[in-house]
Amino acid sequence: MAELQLKSVEKTYGNGYKAVHGIDLTVEEGEFMVLVGPSGCAKSTTLRMIAGLETITGGEVRIGDTVVNDLVPGKRGIAMVFQNYALYPHMKVRRNLSFGLRLKRLRKDRIERATEEVSGVLEIEALLDRLPKQLSGGQAQRVALGRALIKQPEVFLFDEPLSNLDAKLRASMRVRITDLHKRLRDEGRPATVVYVTHDQVEAMTMGDRICVMKDGHIMQIADPATLYQRPANAFVAGFIGMPEMNLNRAVLTRGDGAMLTLGTQSIALPAECAGRIHAPDGPVTLGIRPQHLDVVAPGTVGAFDATITNLEFMGHEVNLHAEAEGAGFVAVIASENFDTALARGDRVGLSPRPRNIHIFDVESGENKSLD
Amino acid sequence: MTSLSDPTPQTPVVETMPAKSPARLSPQELKLRRRARLNASIRYSLLIVVGFIMVYPLLWLIGASFKTNAEMFASPWFWPENPTIQGYIDGWTTSTPYTFATFFINSMQIVIPKVIGTAISATLVAYGFARFHFPGKRILFAILIATLLLPDVVTRIPQYLLFRELGWLDTYLPMIVPAWFAWEAFFVFMLIQFMRSIPREMEEAARVDGANTFQVLIYIVVPMLLPALVSVMLFQFMWTMNDFLGPLIYISTVEKYPISLALKLSIDATEAFNWNSILAMTVLALTPSLVVFFLAQKSFIEGISTGGTKG
Repeated sequence: MAELQLKSVEKTYGNGYKAVHGIDLTVEEGEFMVLVGPSGCAKSTTLRMIAGLETITGGEVRIGDTVVNDLVPGKRGIAMVFQNYALYPHMKVRRNLSFGLRLKRLRKDRIERATEEVSGVLEIEALLDRLPKQLSGGQAQRVALGRALIKQPEVFLFDEPLSNLDAKLRASMRVRITDLHKRLRDEGRPATVVYVTHDQVEAMTMGDRICVMKDGHIMQIADPATLYQRPANAFVAGFIGMPEMNLNRAVLTRGDGAMLTLGTQSIALPAECAGRIHAPDGPVTLGIRPQHLDVVAPGTVGAFDATITNLEFMGHEVNLHAEAEGAGFVAVIASENFDTALARGDRVGLSPRPRNIHIFDVESGENKSLD
Repeated sequence: MTSLSDPTPQTPVVETMPAKSPARLSPQELKLRRRARLNASIRYSLLIVVGFIMVYPLLWLIGASFKTNAEMFASPWFWPENPTIQGYIDGWTTSTPYTFATFFINSMQIVIPKVIGTAISATLVAYGFARFHFPGKRILFAILIATLLLPDVVTRIPQYLLFRELGWLDTYLPMIVPAWFAWEAFFVFMLIQFMRSIPREMEEAARVDGANTFQVLIYIVVPMLLPALVSVMLFQFMWTMNDFLGPLIYISTVEKYPISLALKLSIDATEAFNWNSILAMTVLALTPSLVVFFLAQKSFIEGISTGGTKG
């Protein structure tokens, strides 16, 4: 296992389109790094450059001590799991698993031992003599996983491996992959993983660290908790979290204390909250997660008066959609705390919890409220 | 996708509807059912008649090969009244010093190298066009496709002169060698279309697994390409077996004649044609193509239909 390093890696296509703009990323040995972002953010391209399936047009990719820019995929010490499994359709599972080892001309008994070990770990022993077309989606993905595992690579690359599975299977595969990663770590052969997904649930639950990308730029690299609690910019804040963070234009003024003004309504910010805001007075983007917005009686101090536009009953919680001064808000209320008398058109107060308020620069989107 | 490892049998919840007995059908339903049956019988009768008309010449050919020469033109019906295999015996010995076996072997000497050469060279060229970027690819591909439209006759004379200079006249080389250089653009085009329908991930996975370009081709692409490749080989087999003009131009020694020329030979040689022996040998000449076709039928149909619809 080895560390993976990307230094100002760029990708410019033949037609001049620049997909990746000088990315710097270090994945520690044994770390589970998730690349996440909306479609078209070049996360897959980045992964494919690491794999050697796309040429690197600038910068350097290093696996361990080796610069791998000009090495063919097979010589990079990587293994990859593809979104559509990419099993070889004409080979039985056993041969699919051992294909890489057979190419290396390993001894037969060694190949057999490795195949058995891997199929044991992934519980696919019963499938060894089947063809890929005889496998279900989950089984095929496990075989694809096995094909990567058997090579004992320096770095594992996953390209949206679970997006072709149904929700239930996806959840169990998620656990299986993270379990496997922990198990390898405990057994003293930690696996360095780069995992691409567009699904933030996968990103948050699986990653040791998450790299959020947008338009070929890295927006933030951090562990899941930091990403959620201290997003570096409005993009990350909006991308991570369900439902999305409320991002609304407001005006910040500092007189006796700091005030946030939304249209004609203002709320005063407590000193400890105002202290960490280092944005200049003027328009800002106010960010507050739906979970951090309390629904109170209209007219309450420290709350914006709003009108309910929709109520979504989710079971364990209720999503309350409301509008205040033309700005849309979503608040999440636990079902047991929800006042069932509330209905569309009612007036409520929305009170942001001061310690969870984020203030972003309007232009750059940078978070100006990190202490 | 359903899990195959899950053995829980699906018990049918809804009992299948018991078929209504005719007595319980309303007159309207009865009428509809009768009309559907009538329609079907008309459809099938028509198909059977037309199918029989189309296949009749072939039936006649086979039947007539067992007739005597005298009976040959007496009746258009295909069934021989006095079946005889004399036609086969006479035909096989031929009017030349060689038996028909020689001509079969000659044909195979052209067909086998040509089919193999076509399969290999067309695959290589198609792989290049379908999977790699290189300078001038578009122009080269356009030229390749343009040769599809070029009539054969145009190149006959220059080719003949070229092969004469090489001293290849009266050998099989003029027919075989071009096939080893992906000479027939049609096959290349067919394989390219088929390859385009194969997802690239498998090849990428193989590259990650450590395969080089050639190993990817051999271990991954060719097995997936097999249906199309079978079609290519089958087409080439049949066309070469049936090729008359090529051997006619280049082969001058009777000993080297392939079947197509040998059949003509028996017509030329005698004044009163031994029709039954000619027909008997024609039946034999057809057999290899038919056998190969039926053996490869499944792959063949898969090959042409996939290449056609997904291209």
